[in-house]
Amino acid sequence: MEPVEIANKIKEKFPDEVLDVKEFRGQVSVTLKKSRILEICRYLHDDPELYFDYLIDVCGVDYLGRKDKRFEVVYHLYSVKHRHAIRLKAEVSENEPRIDSVMPVWVGANWHERECFDMYGIMFKGHPDPRRILMPEDWEGYPLRKDYPVKGPAKEWPGFLDVLDRAKRFKDFEWHE
Amino acid sequence: MEHIEKTFETRELTISMGPQHPATHGVLRLVLNLDGETVVRCTPYVGYLHRGVEKLGENRTYFAALPLSDRLDYISSMNNNVGYVNAVEKLFGIEAPERAKFIRTMVAEMGRISSHIIWLGTHVLDIGATTPFLYAFREREVIMDLFEMLCGARLTVSYPRVGGVRNDISQEFLDELYDFVLDFPSKMDDYETLVTENRVWKNRTVGIGVISAEEAINWGLTGGTLRGSGVNYDVRKHAPYDVYDRVEFDVPLGKNGDCYDRYLVRIGEMRQANRIIKQCIEKLPAGPVMADAPKFTLPPKDMVLKDMEHLIHQFILITKGPTVPEGEVYMGTEVPKGELGFYFVSDGTGKPYRMRVRAPSFVHASVLPRLCEGGLIADVIANIGTIDIVLGECDR
Repeated sequence: MEPVEIANKIKEKFPDEVLDVKEFRGQVSVTLKKSRILEICRYLHDDPELYFDYLIDVCGVDYLGRKDKRFEVVYHLYSVKHRHAIRLKAEVSENEPRIDSVMPVWVGANWHERECFDMYGIMFKGHPDPRRILMPEDWEGYPLRKDYPVKGPAKEWPGFLDVLDRAKRFKDFEWHE
Repeated sequence: MEHIEKTFETRELTISMGPQHPATHGVLRLVLNLDGETVVRCTPYVGYLHRGVEKLGENRTYFAALPLSDRLDYISSMNNNVGYVNAVEKLFGIEAPERAKFIRTMVAEMGRISSHIIWLGTHVLDIGATTPFLYAFREREVIMDLFEMLCGARLTVSYPRVGGVRNDISQEFLDELYDFVLDFPSKMDDYETLVTENRVWKNRTVGIGVISAEEAINWGLTGGTLRGSGVNYDVRKHAPYDVYDRVEFDVPLGKNGDCYDRYLVRIGEMRQANRIIKQCIEKLPAGPVMADAPKFTLPPKDMVLKDMEHLIHQFILITKGPTVPEGEVYMGTEVPKGELGFYFVSDGTGKPYRMRVRAPSFVHASVLPRLCEGGLIADVIANIGTIDIVLGECDR
């Protein structure tokens, strides 16, 4: 099925949920409200004509200061049987960074959602294991947010002053004595 | 048994396997809860090699982020480069010339052979066979030498470029590669004699780590790990890039979805990769190796050194980056491990607004609890080997 047809089919089935449909380089992305994302995913997975059995990827995008709702959670879907693909985007606001987990439909969403939480701080409701994955568990901040610096003011290592001091002392040392 | 339980206190044992462990193929840590020798629960911990490739990519121009892709799956950097440049080209809307496409397909398949050779060597070494490991590295060395001849680098090559490849290949390179291609099937026979019908090998892999076709797709597995379960999904066939639609090759499929079938699939893939390289050498057309799209590709180096206009052009492309149409693109390519996808969101500037790497090893590592739980602790090693993960790519 052509991606535009799939988008239309979603629009027919969930007219209130679809906010926008865009095409770029032959790839169609459907922007959705987040409230019924699990239901939409279940429909896309179960419908015999669509049958999106393979969840390629889940990731977040931060549109700080560019959109009303700050975050988007992006789902890339593919059907191995019918060989068609679609991209879903669910808008998530900064005040309430929560969205339903799609793990009941695709188990493979597990680590992708954990990573999305780790990097953007978006919570996934119904996720069985909502921990950080790549960053240490006591890490503060969400690294892939746009207001997180690439180079931050690093805390100085406590032993550093000692090293400097020692270097100075050795520099003054007179070898000829 | 009852007698023993009465006499001794028996309880679950928690052991931490890794992060430094010779059989974890990198820095992967598994916390295993054991009941005797049976694995009750397996919890993987990843992130030890996290370098923030996605964040770094968002702060570099499209050209400057190319070497980051080398460092994802560092044993098949050529394939990552090919995946990256294909995704960027799709976003830019340009196409590489024919010759460059053939060269890319050729080097990508060389990368596939070298990666699978490492997989074979380490996988059988983990399970206890030392000899194939030594044989395998002999062939990998030849490929590394060929890469060196091609671009000067052996491991992190950065040879493909947005819009083509860095430099044209020499006749000498082609001759040596052709010799290798003719010779390679006999080397494959060597490995297969040692491993395929080996009784110990079969005991350790047949029926281990079984995953059904539906479940494998649902987990998002790709590459040889998926095809071992008999699912015919190969990005090279489903959404051909470069010249994969113009070369003949088969997609080897397994039946049972166990470690042994995944082994057979990857062995078959190596033979097919060899076939693709042979066809690429035979069909290689003449012509330029860089696309004629001055707004998006770097000018040739010799012109930069001679001509003012080209110098300015290069300066602007390197510092500011090209002017890219606004939009978003996902492009998946078949790397040795599975499907490597790049997702770019462009806001019209020379840097990607969002660069997402869909790494196959990340997904494959997530399936480890499913494969290991309920099995024996010795089979954990077989399972780590069979899903073919590289932690550099998993942690990004």
